[in-house]
Amino acid sequence: MKSLNTEVLIIGGGIVGTSAALVLAKAGRRVTILERDLCGARSSGINYGGVRRQGRPEVQLPLSQRAHEIWGDLQSLIGTTGEYERSGHFKLARSEADLQSLIAYAELSRPYGLGIELISGERLRQQCPWLGGAAVGGSLCPEDGQANPRLVSPAFARAAEAAGAIVIERCEVMQVGHDGRDFVAEARQGGEPLQVRAEVLINCAGAWANRVAHSFGETVPLTSGHPSMVVTEPIPHFLPWSLGVEGGSIYCRQVARGNVVLGGGRGYEQDELRARASHDSILGLLPQAAALLPALRHVHIIRSWSGVEGYLPDQHPVIGPSTTQLGLLHGFGFCGAGFQIGPAAGEALAELVLHGRSTIALDAFSIGRFLAPRSDAVDLLSSHPERKIS
Amino acid sequence: MTRAAPVIVGAGPAGVRAAQTLLAHGVRPIVIDEAAQAGGQIYRQPPRGFLRSRKTLYGFEASRAQSVHSTFHALREAIDYRPNTLVWNAQPGLLDLMDGGAQSASTLAWEDIIVATGATDRVLPFPGWTTPGVYTLGGSQVALKFQGCAIGRSVVLAGNGPLLYLVAYQYAKAGARVAAVLDSSSLADRIAALPAMLGQPALLAKGIYYLAWLKLHGVPVHSHARVLRVEGDARVQALVWRRENLASASGKPGTEQRIECDAVGFGYALRSETQLADLLGCRFQFDGLQRAHLPVRDKSTRSSVPGVYLAGDGAGIMGADAAELAGERAALALLQDRGIAVDAARVTQIEAELARIGAFRLGLERAFPFPERWAATAADDLVICRCENIRVGELRAAVREKGAAEMNRLKALTRVGMGRCQGRMCGAAAAEILAHAASLPVQEVGRLRGQAPIKPIPLGMHVPAPEPVSARVIALHAQEDAS
Repeated sequence: MKSLNTEVLIIGGGIVGTSAALVLAKAGRRVTILERDLCGARSSGINYGGVRRQGRPEVQLPLSQRAHEIWGDLQSLIGTTGEYERSGHFKLARSEADLQSLIAYAELSRPYGLGIELISGERLRQQCPWLGGAAVGGSLCPEDGQANPRLVSPAFARAAEAAGAIVIERCEVMQVGHDGRDFVAEARQGGEPLQVRAEVLINCAGAWANRVAHSFGETVPLTSGHPSMVVTEPIPHFLPWSLGVEGGSIYCRQVARGNVVLGGGRGYEQDELRARASHDSILGLLPQAAALLPALRHVHIIRSWSGVEGYLPDQHPVIGPSTTQLGLLHGFGFCGAGFQIGPAAGEALAELVLHGRSTIALDAFSIGRFLAPRSDAVDLLSSHPERKIS
Repeated sequence: MTRAAPVIVGAGPAGVRAAQTLLAHGVRPIVIDEAAQAGGQIYRQPPRGFLRSRKTLYGFEASRAQSVHSTFHALREAIDYRPNTLVWNAQPGLLDLMDGGAQSASTLAWEDIIVATGATDRVLPFPGWTTPGVYTLGGSQVALKFQGCAIGRSVVLAGNGPLLYLVAYQYAKAGARVAAVLDSSSLADRIAALPAMLGQPALLAKGIYYLAWLKLHGVPVHSHARVLRVEGDARVQALVWRRENLASASGKPGTEQRIECDAVGFGYALRSETQLADLLGCRFQFDGLQRAHLPVRDKSTRSSVPGVYLAGDGAGIMGADAAELAGERAALALLQDRGIAVDAARVTQIEAELARIGAFRLGLERAFPFPERWAATAADDLVICRCENIRVGELRAAVREKGAAEMNRLKALTRVGMGRCQGRMCGAAAAEILAHAASLPVQEVGRLRGQAPIKPIPLGMHVPAPEPVSARVIALHAQEDAS
């Protein structure tokens, strides 16, 4: 049987795991990624491609702001712009009440420096002649934007590999545990068994992360969700911003090539690994899209897709140390909103490995919030810097 | 309890025979077809009022065409026939349709379905293939059968497969000047394939007849011909070729030859339209003979999904005669699965006949071997995906620099197959380029995942007010469980 020793083992080659690997490899750590499929082939690669801070819950904003800085350096970090563009993200209000919510959010987020500006009335009509009648106003976050996840997420994996990480694709972890000395992962790569031993384990297995968490007695209420998206044929550029709607049932953006990507509703699950856009979501989306952007009425839809994302009941990810096993870190369950924040989450996980603490507090994302309080509970990492791992 | 009517998608030879068979057993199907009139591509009917005879339109196939058309004509009042209708999505228990005329969406619940979606040309591009005046062989034939038009006054037909000679014959008969027939395979290939083809002497005789007829009428026929490029900007002006065997490495290439022409028809046999079977969840498997991933069907035409039957060229190229038989067999299988008695002797007879045709197809593939060296000889600047204007060199760079070794990843990185055709035109050629560049057998690079819509749909199409169709389907199934 083939075996491999590494300092840090990361399960899952999505944008979080590969970002962590990139930071660790650059710091000279021996890091190995095991990816069941291809890196960035699941929710990191099939998501809508919004790179957005606006609308995130306040507790995510510090991490999201850090991610904003990382995205700004994307080209030098991963060797491609990945069609990343700070085009602006505009959130529409279709009623006065919705507009009030947007105003409240602009206030709430002001200390974090998102730079949100509100647009309504005549100015909205002037600035957005392409907008259908339903909108009364909206809020613009000018430096939010969009990127092509199909290009960005695999590029993070290639950058990690170039920095020295070992990336093993099409390699499924069948079993993982800790033998008192090391983490031991039993994997299969194309039918061949592979054993990986590591000092530190990072669980970035997305919608499938509960398998790993469960192995360490930390089962969380993680469920799978399936976003549903369609895309039009390419048309001349008319839509400057990525659009969302307050109370959100539709979102859309026009990509570099000219196609308009529209999302909304839920796909259906084919099996544990695959999902498709559904009849209900596609037919629900079309009339909404035509009402929102009347210019699209005569454009063709050429493709739809979906994917599998991990959701947690409070809509926040799990990021941080295990409460049961020293040396185990989790980073998963981004609830359909992990693409923008993923690189900062990965960096924070890498900081935990390198320094025993992260620059940005992760308390709100602890896995402990889903677990019954334990009498012997100790914070295995952050409160004990002297016990820092590796 | 009444059951939903069985659905047949496609009204070519397979779909028509399936409908006929169901009706003969007292089951009234719903037949959905994209075309305005039944017949499929092979027996496509001209618009009403066109006066060319069946003999002129279909040649040797005239009596078969006549039989398919008159069969359908006789039963169309007795079935639920929906022409001009596109099936653009399928999921468990339902189909999404679009009426092509009214551009309105509707939904149909299905319990059992016969998929008879046919085929299109397999395209292997050459420099200049996007020049106006270049068509596929199938497209050239459709222009003639449907509209009575030739693609040009002076036409070169290139590629391989039986359609090459048939189209050449039909064009010459219709009065077009066939400037040359350029076959990438050779007479030696056909002689080597003879033993396997002798089981179908009539089909074999037809092929020989076309070739002899073309030679007799002075049409130049060249074998081991490699198309080098088409010249002309606004319109095809000439085609340049040379003698070179692309099926296997052998000999020195000949000198370049230039043929003046104003149109080119080309194709390298056919490829199955498998997207509906894919959306229905059918299991696929690589078929070495057809060099394609195809939905698996057993000799009874049953797919891997209960209630889904695969008939005709849509699940593997077997030709029109086999399609008629498979359509009938699919209907008999569906009836059997509904607990309706069928003629067991007829079932055995059809399966034996299909097996014989299958053996003949084996010979045909040998007679027209796939030009395996095509990928190696394609230049970097050759456009492979015309929707997205992606060149061969971009695919090779994705393999070299980004480690692409699988079709969906190649698509994600380069946009090949991401345009209007969704890989229906470029997918086969892209797989060849990928396999060659990654030094992998073509079966290992996978296939593009099927996604709705099967063909583009207008965003502004009329969508009926939200109706709990899914709920209705669930109710239907729940009812079944309760019964």
